[in-house]
Amino acid sequence: MAGYDVAIVGAGIVGCALARRFAIDGARVVLLEKAHDVLDGASKGNSAILHTGFDAPANSLELDCIKAGYAEYVEIHRRMNLPLDRCGALVLAWNDEQVAALPGLMAQARENGVEDIQPMDRASLLRAEPQLAHRVRAGFRVPREALIDPWSAAHAYLYQAVQHGAELRCRAALTAADRLGERWRLDTTAGAVEAGLVINAAGLWGDHVERILTGESWFQIRPRKGQFVVYDKPAAALARHILLPVPSKITKGVVVCRTVFGNLIVGPTAEEQDSREVASLDSQTMRDLQKTGETILPALAGHEVTAAYAGLRPATEEKGYRIRADLSRGLVTVGGIRSTGLSAALGIARHVADLVGLRAGEAQHWPHMPMLAQEAQRDFLQPGNGGIACHCELVTRREIEAAMSAPAPANSLAGLKRRTRVTMGRCQGFGCTAELSRMTEGRFTQPMTRGDPDAD
Amino acid sequence: MQTDIAIIGAGPAGLGAAAELGRIGAGHVTVIEREQVPGGVPRHCGHSPFGMREFHRIMGGKTYAARLTAAAEAGGATIMCNTTVTALADGPELQLTGPEGTFTLSARAVLIATGTREASRVQRMIGGQKPGGVIPTGALQGLVHLNKQVPFRRPVILGTELVSFSALLTCRQAGIKPVAMIEQGPHVIARSPAALLPRVLGVPIHLNTNIAAIHGRERVTGVTLTGAQGGRELECDGVLLTGAFRSEAALLAASGGVIDTASTGPVVDSFGRISMPGYFAAGNLLRPVETAGASWAEGKRAAHAIHAFLRDELPDRSLNQTLTIASDTIRYALPQHIAPSGPGRHQQILLRVTRPVKGELRLSQNGQIISRRRVNAMPERRITLDLPEQPGTGAFVLSLEEAA
Ligand SMILES: Cc1cc2nc3c(=O)[nH]c(=O)nc-3n(C[C@H](O)[C@H](O)[C@H](O)COP(=O)(O)OP(=O)(O)OC[C@H]3O[C@@H](n4cnc5c(N)ncnc54)[C@H](O)[C@@H]3O)c2cc1C
Ligand SMILES: Cc1cc2nc3c(=O)[nH]c(=O)nc-3n(C[C@H](O)[C@H](O)[C@H](O)COP(=O)(O)OP(=O)(O)OC[C@H]3O[C@@H](n4cnc5c(N)ncnc54)[C@H](O)[C@@H]3O)c2cc1C
Repeated sequence: MAGYDVAIVGAGIVGCALARRFAIDGARVVLLEKAHDVLDGASKGNSAILHTGFDAPANSLELDCIKAGYAEYVEIHRRMNLPLDRCGALVLAWNDEQVAALPGLMAQARENGVEDIQPMDRASLLRAEPQLAHRVRAGFRVPREALIDPWSAAHAYLYQAVQHGAELRCRAALTAADRLGERWRLDTTAGAVEAGLVINAAGLWGDHVERILTGESWFQIRPRKGQFVVYDKPAAALARHILLPVPSKITKGVVVCRTVFGNLIVGPTAEEQDSREVASLDSQTMRDLQKTGETILPALAGHEVTAAYAGLRPATEEKGYRIRADLSRGLVTVGGIRSTGLSAALGIARHVADLVGLRAGEAQHWPHMPMLAQEAQRDFLQPGNGGIACHCELVTRREIEAAMSAPAPANSLAGLKRRTRVTMGRCQGFGCTAELSRMTEGRFTQPMTRGDPDAD
Repeated sequence: MQTDIAIIGAGPAGLGAAAELGRIGAGHVTVIEREQVPGGVPRHCGHSPFGMREFHRIMGGKTYAARLTAAAEAGGATIMCNTTVTALADGPELQLTGPEGTFTLSARAVLIATGTREASRVQRMIGGQKPGGVIPTGALQGLVHLNKQVPFRRPVILGTELVSFSALLTCRQAGIKPVAMIEQGPHVIARSPAALLPRVLGVPIHLNTNIAAIHGRERVTGVTLTGAQGGRELECDGVLLTGAFRSEAALLAASGGVIDTASTGPVVDSFGRISMPGYFAAGNLLRPVETAGASWAEGKRAAHAIHAFLRDELPDRSLNQTLTIASDTIRYALPQHIAPSGPGRHQQILLRVTRPVKGELRLSQNGQIISRRRVNAMPERRITLDLPEQPGTGAFVLSLEEAA
């Protein structure tokens, strides 16, 4: 049985960031993921915003982790070739009540250390965003809110972890655990492993994994679904900033924003539900989101929606992050990373490494990630790319090959999509499915097809 | 790089135009195709009938595509495959990208013939989860005919257009047994005999029914039906989304070309001229969807318009008259601008209706009816109305008077 210093349960953005931190700091790490590929849980469907923490709960661990995560992302993104679109956000008030809430929100932002916010009146808002509905009343700008690629960030953390000796095991769900003296024996669907420390980063299954490890859980996951609609690329020209509503008590509300891939998204909703597996799209909700989008940017009415998705937030019965270390039991729990985990991941990892008392190491290797941002020098512009396989998203054959032979290769079409964007464009696979299926034959643990026509 | 005439897309329309331009000696033709092999959609179709109009015999899609390619090459055209057009600029000038990176191609005239695609599941507002196994017909035909692979074994088919039955045939060839065909409206959309096929193959058709949600995490496990089959769950292992075509006009829209949101294609005039000078459009890009033969004929006709344009023989655009639609039952009509007579002119208006309708189609100008015909029309079916050779001045108004 393989022995490790640290076993991390769950390869979401948080698990990937933890694996990176611990591997760089010199620990022997194994990352256990139950799905075919990484980022299969909460981390597959978010708004892709790198938050400053301007609206986070004051004096909270969450705020600290967001700020540290933001700072570290800014520091490392260039070395790993990760996009960072510092487009800024506008918080918009549309009625009296919202206008009245603005001063409080601005005070909180300043208290949270985000001091560069700028109050804006209607005229300056319309100058900054000419397509905005004219009935907007007032708002403020948060200049450092930014857009990133939610998947390449996590993959970069993971690749760097692997380059520093971490091991990733997919289709390895934790099923049972025993504490044997100073060490853990973990049973997974892909065999057993032994480790000195276990970190529970199981996202939507955090409480469940906590029970496997200790027999009980001190928090309860309450999945909160968020649905989005995705507009085709021409719509991205309608918005420069991330357009945020004045938040309510339970949600940041429906956001209109570009993605670094050059689309425009409208979402998310905030819907409490029981299931942690099913993130269902609802046709009426999709129509409502389109309408909401059109009330904010009227010109959206003339644009096509080409896709939609839904994500589940690993919320709990309390608002804060549920992070706790019990070193006598060799256990760290990183639970309830609700709705800011993308921004906070690197900060959470640093915080956990500190809790464990690990000395910060120096990274020896820096993966160079394929850059998928619309404005970047994409691979299709470079020689030797093999030609384009996915036409809507201009994904080259070389990019697909690279994703299948990366430090943690794609194991499924879903994984390949997140690494390259194949089939995620307006034709949704009409043009490229057959070729992708040929290129990936025998390479995925979750194949695209059901074998040849004659087999049964 | 430089050429006389650049054609974007090596489908029936683009290849038809290339062959004809070669035959009439209009200049050097370069066809740009993003796939590795020319031929367009028919190349992915394992079935007939193709080729009646063009070669006076019935052949399979692959053979037909090869024949079109050979004809274009015989006319002297250069076909550049594995090359994608990523932007259109004034000049005309095209931004291209291929295995060796980007380059530009300038031309005296450009024909855009980029075809269509089927609507995505979200464009049809189908909810539910996002498992593998939800694909359009284009993908199915590629998998089965090009790869000899099957994506599912017991799918439901959404749609009853002509292409839906072509999908059914593909399923049959691959040993796939669809559990049902679903049609939102009260009638099967394609004409018989295609519509008899499901009965022959034992596939039930549910009319007035829709798919509200798709279920399954990794693979499809079932769908929820609404409408006549309301609230019913149907077990299946895939969903085949057929038809509901829209023009592959994104390249044009991104480059500032004017799009008709009703037809989903570019706004064109009787010669296929679009809003950008020197650019023409033909084939399924104009109005999804027609047969390969119709698209080929449009390409051929565009060749004559382009030839005349290069010799400065087309009537000036300022002579164009707008076509206005004065009926909710008409979904779209083209060309949107009607030009006086000249080489390669569309001699008809092409239109579609939104619902089954009987009555008279009327084209008027200055309050006078100048063309009319009786129609008994169904959605998605091709309807044409003849245009006068030399129209007078004044906007054209198209209306549909329903029979009492
Ligand atoms: C709609 C929405 C919008 C959001 N917008 C933003 C945003 O704009 N900015 C931002 O910063 N954050 C945003 N977030 C939040 C962010 O996405 C989450 O905080 C983050 O993804 C949580 O990651 P995680 O790694 O904790 O959990 P997960 O991604 O759920 O990862 C947990 C992993 O554990 C695995 N697992 C579970 N059980 C087991 C087991 N027994 N054995 C092995 N593996 C197991 C799962 O398969 C999963 O891969 C948003 C979230 C949603 C849903
Ligand atoms: C699934 C299906 C089944 C069909 N079955 C039949 C049938 O049985 N009989 C029949 O008569 N008709 C059939 N049709 C219709 C027929 O295939 C079309 O009418 C015909 O292919 C239209 O020709 P086209 O040249 O306009 O477009 P396409 O054939 O679609 O050709 C367009 C070409 O442009 C290329 N292209 C697009 N964008 C770019 C770009 N930016 N750069 C470079 N190249 C580009 C594409 O790769 C493609 O090769 C079917 C259609 C479909 C979708």
